[in-house]
Amino acid sequence: MSEHNIRNFSINFGPQHPAAHGVLRLVLELDGEIVERVDPHIGLLHRGTEKLIEAKTYLQALPYFDRLDYVAPMNQEHAYSLAVEKLMGVTVPRRGQLIRVLYSEIGRILSHILNVTTQAMDVGALTPPLWGFEEREKLMIFYERASGSRMHAAYVRPGGVHQDLPTSLIHDIAEWCDPFLKVCDDLETLLTDNRIFKQRNVDIGVVDLDTCWKWGFSGVMVRGSGAAWDLRKSQPYECYEEMDFDIPIGKNGDCYDRYHIRMEEMRQSASIMKQCCAKLLAADGGGPVSSLDGKMVPPKRGEMKRSMEALIHHFKLYTEGYKVPAGEVYAAVEAPKGEFGVYLVSDGTNKPYRCKIKAPGFAHLQAMDFMCRKHMLADVSAILGSLDIVFGEVDR
Amino acid sequence: MNWDIVLDIAIMFGKSLLLLVCLLVFIAYILLADRKIWAAVQLRRGPNVVGPFGLFQSFADLLKFAFKEPIIPSGANKGVFLLAPFISCLLALGAWAVIPVAEGWAIADINVGVLYILAISSLGVYGVIMAGWASNSKYPFMGALRSAAQMVSYEVSIGFVIITVLLCVGSLNLTAIVEAQNTSWGMLRWYWLPLFPMFVVFFISALAETNRPPFDLPEAESELVAGFMVEYSSTPYLLFMLGEYVAIMTMCSLTTILFLGGWLPPFPIAPFTWVPGVIWFILKVSLVFFMFAMVKAFVPRYRYDQLMRLGWKVFLPLSLISVVVVAFVLQVTGWGPVR
Repeated sequence: MSEHNIRNFSINFGPQHPAAHGVLRLVLELDGEIVERVDPHIGLLHRGTEKLIEAKTYLQALPYFDRLDYVAPMNQEHAYSLAVEKLMGVTVPRRGQLIRVLYSEIGRILSHILNVTTQAMDVGALTPPLWGFEEREKLMIFYERASGSRMHAAYVRPGGVHQDLPTSLIHDIAEWCDPFLKVCDDLETLLTDNRIFKQRNVDIGVVDLDTCWKWGFSGVMVRGSGAAWDLRKSQPYECYEEMDFDIPIGKNGDCYDRYHIRMEEMRQSASIMKQCCAKLLAADGGGPVSSLDGKMVPPKRGEMKRSMEALIHHFKLYTEGYKVPAGEVYAAVEAPKGEFGVYLVSDGTNKPYRCKIKAPGFAHLQAMDFMCRKHMLADVSAILGSLDIVFGEVDR
Repeated sequence: MNWDIVLDIAIMFGKSLLLLVCLLVFIAYILLADRKIWAAVQLRRGPNVVGPFGLFQSFADLLKFAFKEPIIPSGANKGVFLLAPFISCLLALGAWAVIPVAEGWAIADINVGVLYILAISSLGVYGVIMAGWASNSKYPFMGALRSAAQMVSYEVSIGFVIITVLLCVGSLNLTAIVEAQNTSWGMLRWYWLPLFPMFVVFFISALAETNRPPFDLPEAESELVAGFMVEYSSTPYLLFMLGEYVAIMTMCSLTTILFLGGWLPPFPIAPFTWVPGVIWFILKVSLVFFMFAMVKAFVPRYRYDQLMRLGWKVFLPLSLISVVVVAFVLQVTGWGPVR
């Protein structure tokens, strides 16, 4: 048989594969166990979010953001709200900012805990996810107690947050933080020094910093390769300047470093959450949770019973919505997966003219090909796990 | 007609049937234990709906599998596809013919018992290869390739480990191996202590040989979905599962016989000796299985090349050196079997 009769073994990894993280379809070309080419096919979860938003008022568009990265819903709402607020020129009262930061960090832990433990599952350790989900469940209950919904919260809204938090909830969140550190330690006993876990992750999926910048990476992917780049520090939004936290960075840019960073970021987030709770409970932590501008934020129900103006505002806001001054704006937050940005164009009406969403996972997924090349088949799922892909935001 | 032979055959048949029934019931509960232990580690409850504490779960599963429709892919080679699970199940069960569960309680107490088990468990890989090939599908094919390489690699080190034990015993008969560990020292002179490194190597190789985590590459969920079992459903799948667990039991029993003194009580003194040997055997097998189950709960999975490296570059030299060292020590000190 002559040489050209040999062809590589091509195999479909997904969309119905236990390690494909949702609806990803990778077409792999294998030479034995060695991966020669990875071709990610996306679009199986495409819902046309950006187009749909153009037909909705600014408030109606908000819940679509929960459904992007559904692992940490409020972080996306946050980016969108920041964009609308920038266009409107509205500032959020401090208590609202604190609550936003608190729930952003809850979102970060929600996302990281899922990612770290499923990364472990992708290399074959089936116990960590169950341990992690125990804590995740508690966090989702915090979501529920604030917004009434475990996932699709629609809680962070342009102008502030939907409702104030009950004091008991703030106490409960503060009490959750310290035991959570113990859970992190427990998870680390299973993974960090585990020889097999290290063999499966150290020096796997290495990206250097140059490549990171070139491919538009952000978040943990960049920090894993050694850049201390975090929007919370570099261009602080809300009240992140007040918070005391560190940014962990990696050295080698491999899967193991990214795992470490996520573990450390969870601890940092828990510390930020504690600070937020303390500030919320302090004497100067009170006040309104959203802007008092009646043209943008709907009035309280009690007020509506007494004030004619409030009733009119309520009616106008829930029928026509509010008009946003013409202009364009880009607002970004440090979402758990990286820089999540919203580019909003307003034509002065009550609906966005265009809303472009910058999802970090999309940039990271592009890297699958060069990161996996010459690795083994088993590494594909390890690398995919450490990229932290969620298809809600990649396909939009 | 010679009625003695007929009687012998009838007795043999009866014994086999008895062992088969006992073994299968035991495996039903071992399966449940596996799931329960795993669940406990993961802070879950495990199966607890069918019967008290879920005790009838395995039987419910059996019924479910038996009554489902077997789906045969249109591209599959039907004959080989259906033959494969039978082969892997029958071979796994066949190994039990020589295993003594108590003194004299073996269906065939043959002189080459160890060789027989090695041979039978080597054949077990055919079931996997046939399944992977006959499915005519990509993931099963990869699974079959991995499995073939893996089982062959670890059999080599298992072979050498067994040789070290055989050097100490001087017989290939499994009953003789247990008897050789019967000393007044009790459990301190079972081979697990003097041959401790070999005990560890054997345990790990047994995990690899039976495709248990961290060596479950042929059926690695996060890479190959279910490996060679992807296309199987209902009864054929059940047979694979059964074969796998019977093989695990065989390896647990072999560990017990080679290293943990088979049916012997831990100390040859009063309260221990009152307990029948078969109880000790079952307890020891359960202990070994508990370790199997705990390993499954804790470890991630090796990558293919790491698995091969461990087999050929670590275990093989280690066991080979041990054979030489054990032989040398036995020869010099005269502790070896007296001829």
